[in-house]
Amino acid sequence: MTPQEMTLFGKLSLYLSYPFVQYAIIVGVLIALCSSLLGVTLVLKRFSFIGDGLSHVAFGGLAIASVVNLTNEMWLVLPITVLSAVLLLRTGQNTRIKGDAAIAMISVGALAFGYLIMNLFSTSTNLSGDVCSTLFGSTSILTLTQQEVILSAILSVLVILLFIFLYHKIFDVTFDENFAKASGTRVELYNTVIAIVIAVIIVLAMNLVGSLLISALVIFPALSAMRLFRSFKAVTIFSAVFSVVCALLGMLISIIYGTPVGSTIVAVDTVAFLICYAIEFFKGGVSS
Amino acid sequence: MAQVQVRDVSLGYDNNLLVEHLDFSVNAGDYLCIVGENGTGKSTLMRTLLGLQKPLAGSIEFGDGLKSTEIGYLPQQTDVQRDFPASVREIVLSGCQGRMGLRPFYTKEEKALAETNMERMGISEFAKRCYRELSGGQQQRVLLARALCATRKILLLDEPVAGLDPKVTAELYKQIAELNEEGITIIMISHDIDAAVSYASHILHVADKVFFGTREEYKDSALGRRFLKGGEDE
Repeated sequence: MTPQEMTLFGKLSLYLSYPFVQYAIIVGVLIALCSSLLGVTLVLKRFSFIGDGLSHVAFGGLAIASVVNLTNEMWLVLPITVLSAVLLLRTGQNTRIKGDAAIAMISVGALAFGYLIMNLFSTSTNLSGDVCSTLFGSTSILTLTQQEVILSAILSVLVILLFIFLYHKIFDVTFDENFAKASGTRVELYNTVIAIVIAVIIVLAMNLVGSLLISALVIFPALSAMRLFRSFKAVTIFSAVFSVVCALLGMLISIIYGTPVGSTIVAVDTVAFLICYAIEFFKGGVSS
Repeated sequence: MAQVQVRDVSLGYDNNLLVEHLDFSVNAGDYLCIVGENGTGKSTLMRTLLGLQKPLAGSIEFGDGLKSTEIGYLPQQTDVQRDFPASVREIVLSGCQGRMGLRPFYTKEEKALAETNMERMGISEFAKRCYRELSGGQQQRVLLARALCATRKILLLDEPVAGLDPKVTAELYKQIAELNEEGITIIMISHDIDAAVSYASHILHVADKVFFGTREEYKDSALGRRFLKGGEDE
């Protein structure tokens, strides 16, 4: 080991001994895992941008919460985001305004109102700093309180359990909604549950990467896995592993080099996606 | 009682009335072909039979021990399916979803049923292959196997041979006829009038004037003669 690597290693182990860094890593890994799970469904339903749409709604909610001085923003942000998600995803294949247009509308609308509200009513002295950290995540992952860590962990575990139990239903309603409905699957119910789960994931992930970068966390794992694997199960498992590895790597890099957490993770995701793309290109895909 | 009884049904969407006063019934073991020009409401009729939309007027009843959720459906392919990463086995298994209710995982019986139906359709060798890499005819057989997991009684098929070459088309018709001989009721939308009169036991012709009857009656009817002749001209 060269001295330089030694200091790197020393620096890393020093940082990792701080509880707030440990919290950040635990929460980061859980969020990365959750956000990758529904990626395939969202990409295939042409809802890749749902992350952006919902996180901007969450941003609007956050603005209102901070203006009315709520002690814990979650209680306002979560219900608003869940409600929007249900409205957006509910109608599935048979909507009047198509998915992407509806998302674009809600997304920019909420963003505009959120920023407007913050600008008009905020008492904060560092408005642009607040806005920037909500949009890009910046350091908020390192300032989590123990209570927030526990809440995030509980929500993440719930999301993962729900996904495991609904795995076959999710496959069914994603692959062929009409067939599912005709053969007696309660499509509306599962679409609503999927929407709620997505909203919870988005609100969680805002802590990690901020609202502008959330889509990356949702779609890169799924798109990368779809380059290499050919069955739903394999794609789902690889997405989860991909997402966790990239998030860990991103967080470690950001700790060592002091780069912003959110954008570092997304940068790692992007590079990893390109690697998967290249592998597909040269190998022509691995079977199943 | 008939398996499916359609009484004085009007179909359409929004303010668009497509067809009025539809009356027909399908008995167990029948092979009904629904023919007619584009835009006359064939697909709407099928969506209504499946319970995906409501008729504007009239009633559709299921009898003879058939529940509305026991219908096997072979839909036209959607964009989503064309790039969906799923193995053949995963897709066929998903046909069992309807009977599962809230139960999260498949039972051994359901897995066995999927295997049986894959064998029945001659696709067992593709079980682990990716659906989107299969040929059009193979994909249809996968969807048929899935539909068979959802039903033992009745299959609704929406233009199953669209886009297939003549050889594969003939094979698929043969397979559907075999299923019918095993006692499964078939209701099929078809553009292929010649195949309809050679395989079906009954014909429903949806047009300004609706015809419903056996294929012999259809061949003798004015509408049938005109349409069959038109088909030959093409």
